[in-house]
Amino acid sequence: MVESRFVRVLLRVMSALVVAFLYLPLIILAVYAFNESRLLAWPPPGLTLHWFGEAAANPAIRAAFLNSIVAAAAATSIALVLGTLAALAVQRFDFFGRNSIAFMLVLPIALPGVVTGIALQTTFKTMGVNLGLMTIIVGHATFCVVVAYNNVVARLRRLPRTPEEASADLGADTWMTFRHITLPGMRTALMSGGLLAFALSFDEIIVTLFTAGAGTKTIPIWIFTAIQRPTELPVVNVVALLLMLLSVIPVYFAQRIGGETATVPR
Amino acid sequence: MRRLTIPAVMVTIGLVAAACGTSVPSGALTSLGDGEGELNLVIWDGYAERGEIDEAYDWVTGFEDETGCKVNATPMTDSANGVQLLQSGEYDGGSFSGDATVRLMAAGDVAPVNVDLVPNYEDVFEGLKLKEHNSTDGVPYGIPHGRGPNLLMWNTDAVATDPTSWDPIWEGGADYEGKISIYDSSIFIADAALHLMTKNSDLGITNPYQLNDEQFAAAIDLLEQQRDNGAVYWGLLTDQVQSFEAGDSVVGTTWPYQVSLLQSEDVPVKAVLPDEGTTGWSDTWMIAADAAHPNCMYRWMNHIISPEANAQATVWFGEAAVTQAACDAADEISPGHCEQQHASDETYWEKIWYWTTPQADCNDDEEETTCKDQDDWVSAWTTLRGA
Amino acid sequence: MTGPHPAIQTAPPDAAGRRLARWLHAHAGTQLRLLLAAPLAWMVFVYLGSLAILLLNAFWAKDAFTGKVAPFDWTLDAFAEILGNPVYRTVAARTMGIAILVTLTDALLAFPIAYYMARIASPRKRSVLLIAVVMPLWAAYLVKTYAWRTILQGNGFLSWVLTPFGIPGPGLDELPNAWLVLSYLWLPYMILPIYAGLERIPASMLEASADLGARASVTFRRVVLPLVFPALVAGSIFTFSLSLGDYIVPDLVADAKFIGNVIYDNSGLGNFPVAAAYSLLPVTIMVAYLLVARRLGAFESL
Repeated sequence: MVESRFVRVLLRVMSALVVAFLYLPLIILAVYAFNESRLLAWPPPGLTLHWFGEAAANPAIRAAFLNSIVAAAAATSIALVLGTLAALAVQRFDFFGRNSIAFMLVLPIALPGVVTGIALQTTFKTMGVNLGLMTIIVGHATFCVVVAYNNVVARLRRLPRTPEEASADLGADTWMTFRHITLPGMRTALMSGGLLAFALSFDEIIVTLFTAGAGTKTIPIWIFTAIQRPTELPVVNVVALLLMLLSVIPVYFAQRIGGETATVPR
Repeated sequence: MRRLTIPAVMVTIGLVAAACGTSVPSGALTSLGDGEGELNLVIWDGYAERGEIDEAYDWVTGFEDETGCKVNATPMTDSANGVQLLQSGEYDGGSFSGDATVRLMAAGDVAPVNVDLVPNYEDVFEGLKLKEHNSTDGVPYGIPHGRGPNLLMWNTDAVATDPTSWDPIWEGGADYEGKISIYDSSIFIADAALHLMTKNSDLGITNPYQLNDEQFAAAIDLLEQQRDNGAVYWGLLTDQVQSFEAGDSVVGTTWPYQVSLLQSEDVPVKAVLPDEGTTGWSDTWMIAADAAHPNCMYRWMNHIISPEANAQATVWFGEAAVTQAACDAADEISPGHCEQQHASDETYWEKIWYWTTPQADCNDDEEETTCKDQDDWVSAWTTLRGA
Repeated sequence: MTGPHPAIQTAPPDAAGRRLARWLHAHAGTQLRLLLAAPLAWMVFVYLGSLAILLLNAFWAKDAFTGKVAPFDWTLDAFAEILGNPVYRTVAARTMGIAILVTLTDALLAFPIAYYMARIASPRKRSVLLIAVVMPLWAAYLVKTYAWRTILQGNGFLSWVLTPFGIPGPGLDELPNAWLVLSYLWLPYMILPIYAGLERIPASMLEASADLGARASVTFRRVVLPLVFPALVAGSIFTFSLSLGDYIVPDLVADAKFIGNVIYDNSGLGNFPVAAAYSLLPVTIMVAYLLVARRLGAFESL
């Protein structure tokens, strides 16, 4: 369909507006990171690098950052394993309830985080499990599984079976075929799924608030509690800016690995 | 007879001594061991400062260095939230107001306190010891922290004359449309009832926490008007601070802490205790019945009422200190503090309506009268806020 | 034919492993069960089990004074409260209304840029736009909400822009703020599936439609839209469910109570039975939504 010139121009303008809309708050936030005043009036009275120093010196931020990384890494690993197992089962076999697997896996993401959070917290409490990093990881892994699953299933659907059959014909057993043929074929799906799961876990706040307990803070929790303390607000701006800049790295990797649709975190 | 008298007297004295005060209440810690390395507290924001806002006010890091108990403090939005947090089992104890303490004691969530292990307890003002809100059957359940009144705050740029009554947030609220800052908790219904005590004496309200159906309905009516005048609600006190800073609120109910925070940021606010009287709080540190770190908790309870710590804490928040020694130390930080706060003036506190839990039995001996209870209050507040 | 290809390793000497593999290969059912065991066990015990416990709480009694829930003390008090008090219906209507508005808004905003990216932009521009659209997703949700807070507050950016025109800033207690911020937050989640859906439409279909005499608008309505519809539905799953359950945005920028706030507030006050009972509402809505979405083919476009 050859769109008329008018339509093309219109679409280009609208796209530009949407991009501007997407970035406006981020730019304003970045400006506030240099704000001299503790109050968030606009325009800022002056600029300073003072808050960067305060952020760097703050041990709570470093601890929260570490917790976030550890939790995300662990949750991603668990999600990748569980998601791949489920994807292999669904893709390779036909069984009763096959269609429900995808449905069940998407529930933790589709249902409100507050419901998932309260449900998990109640269970942990009932079982006498102490809330902490482990419970955070369990919560995150639960809703990250579907991300890994979706990516692997989509990949498996496009993987031809012939190399696997050829491998079997040539005398390889199930493990070998899996290790040498299937796994490498899934590699990009695993990496993009893992990347998305990592981002999902890193960014999550609602379920984490319920599963973290009193002493453990991830970066989103730190930001949440800091927003409520007027004196910490300027440091929050700095942390926010740094997070935005850091996020360039995974986006770059995602582009390198999987191409276009691989860059979607949830 | 003489042969029997002296031993009899000795035995009597011994028995009396044993019965009075040297026995450890069951369920309380019997001896103080080493600190466990960690302490999780539920607090009112501002009760556990570590110098992050003002370096001069830090009564936590010294405690941590001395005892090795790392303090994690979670602020509560209101007493019901505080009760829920403690009941979650994640905390060793916290600072609770009277409307939380009675519930916690009744539910068995907090343990009695062995005051022998809290040397500083001796110096606490007698008027705060073994009161209904911090003891059961003569057994102490907590260590008093401080007490204070709820105040009316306004932005002097937006409010022309300094008010002396609560009127600006009620009938006068129309003048400040959309910029009235109100505490987001069901306990605030008591403030509405308090206002009705002077404005509408026909209702016969004698206690703002014990309301029959008619009185309660009138209070809710008043609150709905306030909401329709454009009230903005604050849960954490920092919400209110940010609201005043941003100019989204110009008048409202507050605690002394917010007033000093705003003034230190050069926001032009003043506060007053209006003529009609006010509600207030008397806060107590309590230890959870299943506390994971009881030794740290006991050390904290002793530390927080030590003169320097209690002085700093009560000057910082703007409430009355609990021991004479703390008052003396407070006067060095902020001269006249204890007198301003009426720290040892019990007649003053008789006029402040401390937060307390509304109960169906109206807390009286008459059987026919029933009052609205905690669930009714929470339900009504949820309805008010959700509509 | 003289021996195994050098690229293929010879069989490992571990006879047990090979034997197990051969056995598994013969017993497909066991293989399947082993594969499914871990993920199923996790989902059922950790997740569905937790939901079940939460559901049970909805039927248990709570003491008004001590605030303690009495397990197995069956009662319908929580449901009576939710059905009897009109505020719960008000909150539900408000939340669903905003969720629908946000979904429609995002669909309208996403379509033009997705179309531009999929069918008009050059490959280089497409890459750039894709990165541009995806990057904000990686900035934390809280960060973006908080940024909007600073924009919308009394002395914030929006106020500063509008003051010369005599219009006051919105402040942080207007319901439309929630609509604005939620639309902003989930917009990329709508752009990407629509983009993927549009990209999958082969150009030959559109040419064929033109060859058969259809005008551009007709082709759009009769060919493009139906083909991209599953992707639209897939995107809407995110925008709708995320808006339905959110409580942080309505609290931080609109001082409004959504379904999520009622659940959160009640649990924060220890009123678990009511929180659990009210949770049934969004769960039911989302399960129904997901079933419909699956029927419309959205799961393949996720």
